[in-house]
Amino acid sequence: MSTTTIGEAFERRGSYRDKLALLLIWVVLLTVPLWLPAIGGYTSLAARILVFALAAMGLNFLLGFTGVMSFGHAAYFGLGAYGCGLTLFYVTNSTLLAILAGILLGTIGGALFGALIVRRKGVYFAMLTIAFGEICYYIAYSWNSFTGGYDGLRGFQRQPIHLGPLVIDIQNNPTVFYFFILAVFAVCVGIMALLLRSPFGRTLIAIRENQRRARFLGIPVERHIWMSFTISTFFASVAGALYALINNFADPTTLNYIISGDLVIMAVMGGMRSFWGPLIGAAIFVALQDYISSATVNWMSFVGLIFVIVVLFFPRGVLGYLRRIPL
Amino acid sequence: MLTLVLFNVFNGVIIGLFYVLMALGLAMILNLSGVINFAHGNFLALGGYFAFMLIPYIGFWGALVVSPLIVGVIGLVLERTVIRPLYTRDPVYSLLLTFGLAFIIQDICRTVWGSNGLPLTPPDSINQPISAQFFFLTGYRLFIIGIVVVTVAALFLFLRYSRMGMRIRAGTLDLETVAALGINVRLLRSFNFGLGIFLAGLAGVLAGGQIGLNPNMGDDLLLPAFIAIIVGGVGSLIGTLIGGIVIGVAAALTTVFFPSGSEVVIYVIMIVVLLVRPRGLLGEEGMLT
Repeated sequence: MSTTTIGEAFERRGSYRDKLALLLIWVVLLTVPLWLPAIGGYTSLAARILVFALAAMGLNFLLGFTGVMSFGHAAYFGLGAYGCGLTLFYVTNSTLLAILAGILLGTIGGALFGALIVRRKGVYFAMLTIAFGEICYYIAYSWNSFTGGYDGLRGFQRQPIHLGPLVIDIQNNPTVFYFFILAVFAVCVGIMALLLRSPFGRTLIAIRENQRRARFLGIPVERHIWMSFTISTFFASVAGALYALINNFADPTTLNYIISGDLVIMAVMGGMRSFWGPLIGAAIFVALQDYISSATVNWMSFVGLIFVIVVLFFPRGVLGYLRRIPL
Repeated sequence: MLTLVLFNVFNGVIIGLFYVLMALGLAMILNLSGVINFAHGNFLALGGYFAFMLIPYIGFWGALVVSPLIVGVIGLVLERTVIRPLYTRDPVYSLLLTFGLAFIIQDICRTVWGSNGLPLTPPDSINQPISAQFFFLTGYRLFIIGIVVVTVAALFLFLRYSRMGMRIRAGTLDLETVAALGINVRLLRSFNFGLGIFLAGLAGVLAGGQIGLNPNMGDDLLLPAFIAIIVGGVGSLIGTLIGGIVIGVAAALTTVFFPSGSEVVIYVIMIVVLLVRPRGLLGEEGMLT
């Protein structure tokens, strides 16, 4: 008797259907440069989708798998972007070092702030995360001489990566750059999947399901939430660092709470109970936003409508919706 | 120097009062419904724009009363139609919904009234400077202080002594028990939501007269209002009141000595409060936290 549905297939492993879904995702991601131009897209759009997908999946590590709501992940996304951009601009030509600097800046910021607010709960926690995002936004915005202020940080270029004799030319070849981002994405997603399957990941899900009972079982709930928060900001800052490389530009709006909201809606739109949900949400949202903002001046209303429609009619997201359809 | 400091303190009080009106509405909605209303600043803008439309017909005084009422009713309708279904769900949904509403309302304001600023002129009778030396003491600013003081006093009296107000306060502490006692909690939440939005609309009219109208005028007030709630302590409206004025004055004073830090200082205050007294100045342990 088959009760598996498409949605479940995306998140469970074991049956051949599940492996098929996984295979499908990777085949699609690997062949993007072949077919995307044919349907009117461009490779850097795909790169942007991947980056936002990584940030949204990172956020969903906290939101969907730990049950803690952050509405301020733009902070760590933006810190990653600025860390990477500032390093390329002031310090070194090495793209890898710059990415590392971005990750460090974002993750340390996340770890410190997480420690400060981890005891707060629910909407109050969310409000604090928003506030921290705005702190970073205002610093980037008003520290003109260092960050470029309102205009953002311009004048750095991603550099080809030298690995011994091997040169990966991410600077001039968009396809190579896409595959570079895909590789980083794959590593991060792999780590995330391993974490979620580990006892640590199971503990997080236990906290999501029933925090009080988890506490009674002797699980140090706050410490786990803090770790989950920090891990989540790690992925967001990786994504941010890559985002700076895509644009050769870091601007304060990457830190703005609007990005935080975008990341949450991506996770919800794809399905925040599913591992791959945020990827699908990011693909839909980024592509739609790209299209709408070029098609109409009233793009804000349409983006707002997307939020309202998703919340009211598709609260479980695409994968949650598919889950009800038997395969 | 003294004049400069006084000038900035006074400015800070005015800005702080706008924060207070915003933050009180936000806090009431947050306390009773658990909703962070991201569209609060956009309701404020709507209040200002409606006043702008109404002034030619019913004058400033009429608009000061009618415009917030209209905004409040819009808030009430939105609460009943789109927000109410979300109370039983994860709080992330109501947050996202108001986030979307904020986009939509802002775009409507931009489309209908244009993205450039519009002036909202208070009547001449209250728009005179009062003293030559203290030029910043215009009648309109004193008027703002008066209106806000009266409104806030009325709000606190209402919450303290009226039956509805007591129910709202009780619902903040334990909504289930209030419902079990036979009180119509849905009505209570709708009314409370409308009241919160009304305060935003009122702030919009007052702010419009002071700083002019533009489609994202509320955005600059929204985050400070969050901070006012955090600093004052979630669950305590008096705390919110104090928090709003404190950060308004602190930001204005910083402008005197360290202009570029004026925006950051309110976040510094927040971090300090979180480190020293995590529940906020007057927050009660266990309230929503």
